[in-house]
Amino acid sequence: MAAPVLRGARAVRCWSLGVGPRRTRALFAESVSGRGSRRSSAAAREPRPGAHEWAAVVGLEIHTQISSNSKLFSGSQVTFLAPPNSLVSFFDASLPGTLPVLNKRCVEAAVMTGLALNCTVNKKSLFDRKHYFYADLPAGYQITQQRLPIAVNGSLTYNLGGGTHWSPSATKTVRIKQIQLEQDSGKSLHDDTRSQTLIDLNRAGVGLMEVVMEPDMSCGDEAATAVRELQLILRTLGTSQANMAEGQLRVDANISVHHPGEPFGVRTEVKNLNSIRFLAKAIDYEIKRQIEELQNGGKILNETRAFDEKLGCTVSMRDKEGKQDYRFMPEPNLPPLILYDAESLPVAADPQQVVNIDWIRERLPELPSVTRQRLVEQYGILPEHSFALLNEDGLLEFFQNVVKETRTEPKKVIGWILTTFLGYLKQQNLAVSESPISPSLLAELLNLLDRKAISVPAAQQVFEELWHNKGKTPGQIIREKKLELLQNQEELEEICQAVLDKHPQEVTAVKKGNQKVVNKLIGLVRRATQGRADPGRIKQILEKQLQ
Amino acid sequence: MATSPAVEGAAPPPRHRGAPRMSRGSARASWEAEMWRPTLRAALRAGGAGVGGCRNAGSDSGKAGSRVSAELIEHLERLALVDFRNREGVERLRAAIEFADRLRAVDTTGVAPMESVLEDRCLYLRADRVVEGNCVEDLLQNSRQTVEEYFVAPPGNITLPKQSEQDPVTQN
Repeated sequence: MAAPVLRGARAVRCWSLGVGPRRTRALFAESVSGRGSRRSSAAAREPRPGAHEWAAVVGLEIHTQISSNSKLFSGSQVTFLAPPNSLVSFFDASLPGTLPVLNKRCVEAAVMTGLALNCTVNKKSLFDRKHYFYADLPAGYQITQQRLPIAVNGSLTYNLGGGTHWSPSATKTVRIKQIQLEQDSGKSLHDDTRSQTLIDLNRAGVGLMEVVMEPDMSCGDEAATAVRELQLILRTLGTSQANMAEGQLRVDANISVHHPGEPFGVRTEVKNLNSIRFLAKAIDYEIKRQIEELQNGGKILNETRAFDEKLGCTVSMRDKEGKQDYRFMPEPNLPPLILYDAESLPVAADPQQVVNIDWIRERLPELPSVTRQRLVEQYGILPEHSFALLNEDGLLEFFQNVVKETRTEPKKVIGWILTTFLGYLKQQNLAVSESPISPSLLAELLNLLDRKAISVPAAQQVFEELWHNKGKTPGQIIREKKLELLQNQEELEEICQAVLDKHPQEVTAVKKGNQKVVNKLIGLVRRATQGRADPGRIKQILEKQLQ
Repeated sequence: MATSPAVEGAAPPPRHRGAPRMSRGSARASWEAEMWRPTLRAALRAGGAGVGGCRNAGSDSGKAGSRVSAELIEHLERLALVDFRNREGVERLRAAIEFADRLRAVDTTGVAPMESVLEDRCLYLRADRVVEGNCVEDLLQNSRQTVEEYFVAPPGNITLPKQSEQDPVTQN
């Protein structure tokens, strides 16, 4: 399948044509006639015939820790912080005489994830051993599913516009090659001063799902968006908390570049990526590095590289061993894993021993893509809004609670939620659950606004007060700060008339036809009323009085 | 007739007309054994490793030929952390490979491989409950060196010395 040629249509981060340092411009000049102009980076342009284009190909291997109580093959606990080696059973430490016993929850999690990603769930899958030596792998091998994994041939759809400029044309799909169950390894802490490594096996044996994505992506932005979407799906399913910072989601990227029409180039693998932002940066850097290397006549080595966050570049992980030979062999202690569906379910089966794919499919929760669509239809909000609502943990629930308690239209509520509320949260780096304002308080405020008891600027002030001083209600704040809208028509007319009297030049200017001065007059009235008058009404009264 | 050149997909030569009819499998097997024997003999004469005389290029140890190269020994030592140590060890390796090669004489076309003798058994599924763990002292007992409840290991993997740096006795 031909990789998409990078056109730089999304000027933000997607790689564009033939950009290179100035000294290599000669390479382009000789193959293209009549082109002397400079190139600027990352701008969309039509490919001229003969121009050298580069296409990048990015494939991802994603490991997610399954959210379960116990490990994949043993009954030790799975939890984040615990004293070293306290969550380790004899099997996890690979003591002789121990055998693996498969955890049903992990199987169900893999099936759920497979179904959510449109995969074919294999009714029969096999376990294998992958051998390599490292201190945090006590057995010397990892039990994985290389030959016949639990789910294959799925797809993941994502949208590049996201919460800022969503558009149907920015929807892309990446194919999922397979999903497999495997064991996690322990953790090694390197102590360089004493030239030793400390091994903690708490993580050894925890269930992982490896999601292998085909190389259908072409830049850091696409990869980051796909990973973000996968994160949301996993969290919605509850199969993994997918928190990259805590190591529950690990991404390795395989990157190569080639000229369109030619076979794929040599690929490098980039590991050690701790956040989605660094994932995008690392991929874009690596693409740039490979293009530059090839343009300078160098070669790309099939190697593993790590991303150095501080320098913003990828560095080679010295791999003295060369290509690893993992000596895959079937796991002799585990029979094939058989899954059933409604048709093949054995009649007198013990429900504990049976995983029914159809049963799981019926109970799948609503996936993010479906939710977004439903929100747009249900609340009449824009796709960007529903995207932004799902993008923040707990924000959707907050929004829905506010809508429930207020008469204000959801379209207006969304503005307050996404601009004001989210803005304040981000400023202080708080999660929705840590918000000092509850949905009911915000609903109360919006109700007051809706009744025109206060003006919009006053409402903003009240919001600020509510944020910083917990325990007060909007009503209290309004009374304290005297923010109520002046409702009395006569009083308003008096104030307006007073302002007009004080500024005769402006009055004459308006009467001569200068409409812009009216705004100045409105401003003056607003100041006179200390922001307690609705600008719309002021305008009405002034216009009447100026006739 | 016995050494007709190997042709892919050719029918077995009709050598046993009138003789009791052998089953198709064994006729084919003996025909193919006939076919491969000259190649094997050539390999043994040439003494090279990695001759493509086998139908399926499988694992590293599947290379036909009686000579096992130094690179292969080094590769195996690194993978399995086994020390072949001396000529006798290498000879034993060669004999083991030859013994295993006889499997290739069996025609397994169209037969699904058996991955496990347990293939008819039911894979037991355990409920997701915490029933193990919390035995740090017992586990640390096994380790000669520990630091504050951590196991201690050397930093990274120690690479094996290259073949040329080893005892000349092990060289072929």
